[in-house]
Amino acid sequence: MPNLLPARATQQRLAIKKVASGKSFWGHARYVLSDNPFTLVAAGLFTLFVLMAVIGPWIAPYDPLATNVGPTLQPPSASHWFGTDSLGRDILSRVVVATRIDFVIALSAVLASFVIGGLIGACAGYFGGWLDRIVIRLTDMVMSFPLFVLAMGIVAALGNSVFNIIIATAVVNLPFYIRVARTEVNVRREAGFVEAARLAGNGDARILLLHLIPNAMPPMMVQVSLNMGWAILNAAGLSFIGLGVSPPAAEWGIMVAEGATYIISGEWWVALFPGAVLMLAVFTFNLLGDGLRDLIDPRRRT
Amino acid sequence: MTSLKRRSLLKAASLTPVAASALAVGEAAAQDRKDTLIMANEFGPNMLDIHGLGANRPSYGVAWNVYDRLMTYGRKKLPDGSMMYDYSKLEPELAERWKMDADGMGVTFYLRKNAKFHDGTPVTAADVKWSLDRALGMGGFPTFQMKAGSLEDPSQFKVVDDHTVHVKFVRKDKLSMPDLGVPVASIYNSQLAKKHATEKDPWAAEWLKNNTAGGGAYKVASFKPGQELVLERYDDWKSGPLPKIKRIIQRDIPSAGNRRALLLRGDIDMTYSLPPKDFADFAGDKGKIKVTSLPVENALFYLGMNTTKPPFNNVKVRQAVAYALPYDKIFDSAFYGRGIKQSGGTNDPKTPAWPQPHGYKTDLARAKQLMAESGIGPIETVLSYDLGSATVGEPTAILVQEALAQIGIKLTLNKVPGATWRAALLKKDMPIILNRFGGWLNYPEYFFFWCYHSQDAVFNTMSYKNPTLDKLITNARFAESKPLYDGMVKDMIKLAYEEVPRIPLVQPMMDVAMQPNITGYTYWFHLEPDYRQLVKGANPAAA
Amino acid sequence: MLLIAKRLAGALPNLFGIVLITFLLTRALPGDPAAFFAGGAGSQEAVEQVREKLGLNRSLPEQFWIYVKDLARGDLGQALSTGQPVGAEILSRLPASLELVLASLLFSVSIAIPLGIAAARRPNSWIDHACRLVTTAGVSLPTFFTGLLLAYVFYFVLGWAPSPIGRLDPYLSPPATVTGLYTLDALIAGDVKLFFAALRQMVLPVLTLGIFVLAPLARMTRASMLSVLSADFIRTARASGLSTTSVLVRYALRNALLPVVTTLGMVFSFLLGMSVIVEKVFAWPGVGSFALEALVASDYAPVQGFVLTMAVLYTLLNLAIDLLYVVIDPRVRLGS
Repeated sequence: MPNLLPARATQQRLAIKKVASGKSFWGHARYVLSDNPFTLVAAGLFTLFVLMAVIGPWIAPYDPLATNVGPTLQPPSASHWFGTDSLGRDILSRVVVATRIDFVIALSAVLASFVIGGLIGACAGYFGGWLDRIVIRLTDMVMSFPLFVLAMGIVAALGNSVFNIIIATAVVNLPFYIRVARTEVNVRREAGFVEAARLAGNGDARILLLHLIPNAMPPMMVQVSLNMGWAILNAAGLSFIGLGVSPPAAEWGIMVAEGATYIISGEWWVALFPGAVLMLAVFTFNLLGDGLRDLIDPRRRT
Repeated sequence: MTSLKRRSLLKAASLTPVAASALAVGEAAAQDRKDTLIMANEFGPNMLDIHGLGANRPSYGVAWNVYDRLMTYGRKKLPDGSMMYDYSKLEPELAERWKMDADGMGVTFYLRKNAKFHDGTPVTAADVKWSLDRALGMGGFPTFQMKAGSLEDPSQFKVVDDHTVHVKFVRKDKLSMPDLGVPVASIYNSQLAKKHATEKDPWAAEWLKNNTAGGGAYKVASFKPGQELVLERYDDWKSGPLPKIKRIIQRDIPSAGNRRALLLRGDIDMTYSLPPKDFADFAGDKGKIKVTSLPVENALFYLGMNTTKPPFNNVKVRQAVAYALPYDKIFDSAFYGRGIKQSGGTNDPKTPAWPQPHGYKTDLARAKQLMAESGIGPIETVLSYDLGSATVGEPTAILVQEALAQIGIKLTLNKVPGATWRAALLKKDMPIILNRFGGWLNYPEYFFFWCYHSQDAVFNTMSYKNPTLDKLITNARFAESKPLYDGMVKDMIKLAYEEVPRIPLVQPMMDVAMQPNITGYTYWFHLEPDYRQLVKGANPAAA
Repeated sequence: MLLIAKRLAGALPNLFGIVLITFLLTRALPGDPAAFFAGGAGSQEAVEQVREKLGLNRSLPEQFWIYVKDLARGDLGQALSTGQPVGAEILSRLPASLELVLASLLFSVSIAIPLGIAAARRPNSWIDHACRLVTTAGVSLPTFFTGLLLAYVFYFVLGWAPSPIGRLDPYLSPPATVTGLYTLDALIAGDVKLFFAALRQMVLPVLTLGIFVLAPLARMTRASMLSVLSADFIRTARASGLSTTSVLVRYALRNALLPVVTTLGMVFSFLLGMSVIVEKVFAWPGVGSFALEALVASDYAPVQGFVLTMAVLYTLLNLAIDLLYVVIDPRVRLGS
């Protein structure tokens, strides 16, 4: 859920909204949620996923790494709800435990690019000059590469590991956050409240951190949710071409990539269940992103 | 004639040639299908020259079908009906006969007088000398393959006259003659090649990457690296019986699932790169898809341990690992039974057969005891395997990781891509690996020479050095009598199994899947398809 | 004119940066191409020889300078695994990738825009929600999964789709090369049968790629259509009695399409990136599959060439979109 810091400027905005629409923040939230039922569903699913990520290893019926807990390649049955894979591992346990890895990848990558990108962009937009020009150039250069191609190159260069996948995803997402933060800060650089803060004796750092950046956050936050969904798909694509996480780790993408070869021979469950859960997770992130956008900035509602 | 009628007449007239040509195309297509074979594999040749730097395995297949050699091997039929090459029978190909020198230190080849290259140039002894010199001159794999048969210096090859060549042996090596029948010893059209040679490139290496100068049963109609290779029969081929199939289309289809689907729906005729599971499925379900299977000769998939560094320089640790491995699970889950299990035999061989199963089997108690005896505490290290063989390598690695965890060895898995794998093998710094090695010439001492001898060739991935074993290997290579030879080989194997620097897991199977109307498939040591023997029968009831 | 020239000049430093990043990235690739190509039994000296031959033992700045010089001459180096010049390989394979990407763009645009319009006309209706659900579903699955699933259902099970065997049935020969796009070349040659044969082979891969980008296009169309439809001039048009169609098409759509054109840039980037995966699944002989094989073999020249090509293509496309904006949006032309 968006963490709106109680910066003075934001409070001003809320106060204005309150006066204008006669509703509180939560009243507004309730209105948005009721208007678009999917957001509610998405929020619920998201909570479920987070729960699974946290308590997953404890509720999994079998050890996700243990081979031959059941006969190999068995279709879903009473003892193995999602069936077993080619090494006799329980697919349900693996899918549940994979939630943690995938969420960690998605969250870390996006958080890293959000924080780092936000800071860089804000500084560039605030200080301007040569810093701004360099940042713009670098951002443009990185943005010239199709996202997946760049991620592919980075993971291939650094090696297959969860950490490197996170780095690659973070790098690929940086430009967007840099740009947005820069624009938002740039626009408000000369605003009244900033002048006031400066006159009051606040240093640049305080102005940036306490006043400008919080205002830049809302448009960035919307993208966070969408980027998390994309991060998971990215990891899956990398797994397919052999640049994913190392075995025997359970990660949705690599389970789908491995299971894909069994579709034609009829063992549909090996790919379908991780694929369905992956799709549901990304779906949730996408819908959540929509909902966040509606909540935070109704003008940008799509 | 009204304008309407005229228009419709015109229309009909204009459509007729289209219709007629469509019909003709349809007929031609049907005829095409009978004379064309479509082969789909994961990847195809990366160049057309087997001597080229970095030529991959499918390019050996190009050499085999598009070029001739002095001799080829005979074929034999196995009890179950499948055909394989007979390494004990050398037969004429480009040379119609040959005569060994009286002292056994040389041989004279008499070439066919009517053999011509694809461009019509007659084949002469000068071409043979140029080609054999080239194999030595290009360096890399072809050179070391020639050396394996003591063919080391261009001075060994002499042109006697236009159709006679003499090859001198520098020592008595039983592999010299067979070595002249391997794909590397292909005969090139030297006149054509020399036209494209330059001062910096005397062997025309650049031009021959994408062009051929051969005289074999097939010629290259088109080559698009990474996509497709099309071969057409050379109707003037004189070095053997003319092949039945006129056209071969080899397509690269990277997705294994799609290859399976294409095969089942009848859209391709043959494939030999499928995961073992698919072969097991097809073999079990007789009738729909034909599978021929033969164990790959002189080849082993193994777990190797670096003997120069701790912890695996301690023989008790290695033996402990050998007792901890889940051989049956690996055989079933990674290989789906496609191969010959290498455990459960004996460490004191009674026959000089190779490969033969070792005496280790899964016995965790024994393994733990050996670990205790070794005096080395819990171990944490990295197990590496390569991306190219991940289909069997990965499940094996996971099973090995799980098993060794139970005797106090914690492994992290490391999947290594192509170029890095070769480099790492060369550097010899990986503590424990999964790898596969196979030799073309089916002799145990040949295998041991590359894999166990202290010359530390790249294939001796364990860097194993043991002077006793070296002596046994050398004696076996040049043994004069059969009983002596058998004894050496048995001792060789016994020592290798006791010391166990590498643990053989499975002797892999060479599986090929094809439509039931394809016959004549023969297993060759180079594991590439020999299209010259294939026959495509009447269309089966297509899907 | 000046604007166009300015834009072009602005793209140049970008291109240099792309070249630099590409070079660094591919030199950072692990693995020793020298060892790979020294062959199976290469000893250390053999590897050193190969390394010398490949110029890998020079310093990094030196290598970069050589690279830039070659690039200026149009020499993208040689693929070590095939020995072919990379430039020629990429040029010969590029049409295949472009054909796929352009067809996918056409396909998704022709579905997403009407969908977006329909959703905008009846916001929050079931059409709107259905549009959102369907497009979001399309973008929530990994492309290789969609591709393999489609191949399984429509080729293997139902037999409706043609075999995933590449650009053309093996028994047919490709048309004479004019553009390199089989469909166009077949039409140019007047061979209708070949045109349809090539088109058929494209169905599954285009569907796979296109489904993935429906969402951003539909979404943007809907959003911008919504904002345009609520504008005053639309109300005036309706009040003046103009029919719904003419209002939609002649007035609303034209204005609404502007932001969609911007989204096309991002969509194109997605398509270029995902085409690597789709090419692998459907054995499509494009630059993506070429680069993938090279990546695994640590064959840096093709990977370099591929990344460079993709980046240059993308930059050119963005430039084209920028210029398109200058042409079609009078506000941009007059405003600046």
